[in-house]
Amino acid sequence: MVATSDTGLNQRINVRESDQAGQSLGESVISLRDVTISYGSYDAVVGVSYEIPKNKITAMIGPSGCGKSTVLRSINRMNDLIPGAKVRGTIEYHGVDVNHAGVDPVEVRRRIGMVFQKPNPFPKSIAENITWGAQINGFKGNKKDLVEQSLRKAALWDEVKDKLDQSGLSLSGGQQQRLCIARTLAVNPDVILMDEPCSALDPISTLRIEELMRELSRQYTIVVVTHNMQQAARVSDQTVFFSLSDKRQGILVEASPTQQLFTKPKDQRTEDYITGRFG
Amino acid sequence: MSSVPITPDSEIQGLGAPSNLPRRKVVGAIGKGAFIAATVFAALILVTLLARILFQGIGALDMDLLTNRFTSNNAINNGTAGFRTGIISSLWLVLITAAFAIPVGVGAAIYLEEYAPDNWFTKVVQVNVSNLSGVPSVVYGLLGLGVFVSFFGFNFLGRSVLAGGLTLGLLVLPIIIIAAQEALRAVPSSLREAAYALGATPWQVTWHHVLPAAMSGILTGTILSVARAIGETAPVLVAGAATAITLAPSDPLDGYSPLPLQVFDALVRPQASAKEFAAAGIIIMMALLLTLNLIAIVLRERANRKVRW
Repeated sequence: MVATSDTGLNQRINVRESDQAGQSLGESVISLRDVTISYGSYDAVVGVSYEIPKNKITAMIGPSGCGKSTVLRSINRMNDLIPGAKVRGTIEYHGVDVNHAGVDPVEVRRRIGMVFQKPNPFPKSIAENITWGAQINGFKGNKKDLVEQSLRKAALWDEVKDKLDQSGLSLSGGQQQRLCIARTLAVNPDVILMDEPCSALDPISTLRIEELMRELSRQYTIVVVTHNMQQAARVSDQTVFFSLSDKRQGILVEASPTQQLFTKPKDQRTEDYITGRFG
Repeated sequence: MSSVPITPDSEIQGLGAPSNLPRRKVVGAIGKGAFIAATVFAALILVTLLARILFQGIGALDMDLLTNRFTSNNAINNGTAGFRTGIISSLWLVLITAAFAIPVGVGAAIYLEEYAPDNWFTKVVQVNVSNLSGVPSVVYGLLGLGVFVSFFGFNFLGRSVLAGGLTLGLLVLPIIIIAAQEALRAVPSSLREAAYALGATPWQVTWHHVLPAAMSGILTGTILSVARAIGETAPVLVAGAATAITLAPSDPLDGYSPLPLQVFDALVRPQASAKEFAAAGIIIMMALLLTLNLIAIVLRERANRKVRW
């Protein structure tokens, strides 16, 4: 048991030094405005509004069942696959409402990629895992280069370069997750959504993914749902805290630059959560 | 490492009663015994059946049975009888049944599992498919007679092997749909999500990922049901198959006389030699079935190798 002092939040949670702490996080890529998501007649998340800044990492934290993943999955319309799921309010991607009748969810998902909680490589070779998504989207270039580039970006190349024709499922959990990230990068998205990408991984694999996320945020906008507050504090630029209302519906409590949220939370509920008095 | 002493059950708090472990072990042993008995019983019946047929038919079995085309008592007695017509008719039936029922059945299963909205129409279709799989086969024979042989009274396909194959196709269609649905349902949804998240269309997700992953299950189910169909006698009898025909079908609109029907026809004759002839026919039929199942296994293994779990 590691002793933790309660003297200050900074000591309890090592918050990443951000040069933009307290300032605006810049141009936003995605804006959620008054988003309510329901399954059938049940509203799972109510009235969520926040901005997702470009080339930054936004972390979504909160207790189980508060709708973090639901919100994340509605950004690239993965919730369309769940019968009865319905989104009200607007989710704008570069000013375009992703739920507008004229918008094809297939196109949305190509631009807003997703990495899942459990690594889910295709039961194909490592190389095919990378090329498939690009090919269905009309990629005509050199496949070898695409495989190498994508695997390098995902910091996996050195580990798998000699076994590209082996099954993606022969890799370890952490490698599989990086393969899934590489596969997402290969279709050249703009935003990457990650749904608890490290929850099935050991601490070392987790650290590698976190480093990778920092690296990728230079080029991509990343949104990550995590159960792990330390992870949110370590990697993200902005943290969004969700909680449950009295009616057991998910609500957004606070969206702030990460350093601010963990050191000077605006809301009492946020403070209770991050200091461990709740959740 | 110190070993952990095992506390007598009676000393564990809240478990004051004497241990129930001996009783649990007895129940377990009884269960295991019952399952072994069930397995042995099933195997024994199968072995008895096979032994009896082999014993009865082995004397009449020779290569001429595959090439001779007559099944009359005279032909049996002077050694010129054979199942050529039956074998070729049955192969035609398998081909037509498979060509009709597999694409339609798998297609329907894909629609129901991957595309169909969850509404009353889908539910009605689903319930009907399940019910149809339990309808007696002779009813399908009547349906085939009324729809394929003559289309509501108008001459259509006649008493052709095509009409018979389509009839058997209808018979196995619900079973194929259900088997294929089960196989599709067994594909983890994480695989579909992975593909959708890369910007794949529903068709690309189904064709590139879901179908290959489900293929071995689909093949097992479909080929088993088609193999079952060739053993059927009643529906083809009703739908116009001939019992005594010497000319094997050479195109889909020819008449036919499938192997099980020829066997049945020989069995009901009083002569001992006819019964022996029938037993030999059964052996041929089983060899045919075994071959079909073997093909199924090969196809399944090949489908399995394409998916690299």
